[in-house]
Amino acid sequence: MSETTDPPITFYRLQGCPFCERVTRLLKEYDLEYRSRFVEPMHSERNVVKRVAGVRTVPVVVDDNTGVTMAESANIVDYLESTYGEGDRPDAAAAGAGGDD
Amino acid sequence: MMDFEVVELGPTDHPEPGEEAPEFTRPLVTDEFWEDRTLSELVGESDGTTVLVFTPMTGSFLAKYIWDELTERNWDERAGRVVGVTASTPYGIKRFLGDNDYPFAFFADPSNRVAESYGIEHELDGMTGISEPRAAFFALDDAGTIEGAWVATNWPHFPDYDELETELGLE
Repeated sequence: MSETTDPPITFYRLQGCPFCERVTRLLKEYDLEYRSRFVEPMHSERNVVKRVAGVRTVPVVVDDNTGVTMAESANIVDYLESTYGEGDRPDAAAAGAGGDD
Repeated sequence: MMDFEVVELGPTDHPEPGEEAPEFTRPLVTDEFWEDRTLSELVGESDGTTVLVFTPMTGSFLAKYIWDELTERNWDERAGRVVGVTASTPYGIKRFLGDNDYPFAFFADPSNRVAESYGIEHELDGMTGISEPRAAFFALDDAGTIEGAWVATNWPHFPDYDELETELGLE
């Protein structure tokens, strides 16, 4: 069977979390390949997130392209924009529409 | 044996040894998270035989009996990879894994389309609109070719596990 390569970005997310969806929108906008890992609603059960990022909050993005692991949607959005948004930065209106924190 | 007729599920048209296992992508649920995985990825990672185990929904005694037995028999050590497929949601599977100490991961297939593609779907009488897999086992080699298969023909129907291990090539 065919070999597949892992996408360089791993995205820890919670179903229905608006902060996670904000990150989803940007990943899609920049056409970045990522794997989604859905975690438990129960904060106390998110040990995998704690292990990779030191916190139990989502979203968390792990980017093997740069070695960066990052929590909190505002930080992640800044990071994605500065890392992948050069010359293709979304205009202020589009970025503002995604902000809800 | 019981002194009345058990429910016959009838014949199936499942893939036989020598055929390629139908490919699919579904969320693979572990005790920590779920993420989309393809069957071919798992087969590629597996060191040896990959065994696909279809069971009725988690929550049913049928699923619990099968996974208890496979855990008891150390299938996790005897095959390269053993992975479940069931029509439960990721949340239901997560709870099943939390309630039981199984060393296995499960594909969540609430639509039951994977079971349909393997020809082993079962419409549940009295649960309108719900379809789930029959109990079924498929052993795949490292190219994804089916080496052994067993599919339930009655309801309920459990395999003779010693014979099943021979059929699937588990030592």
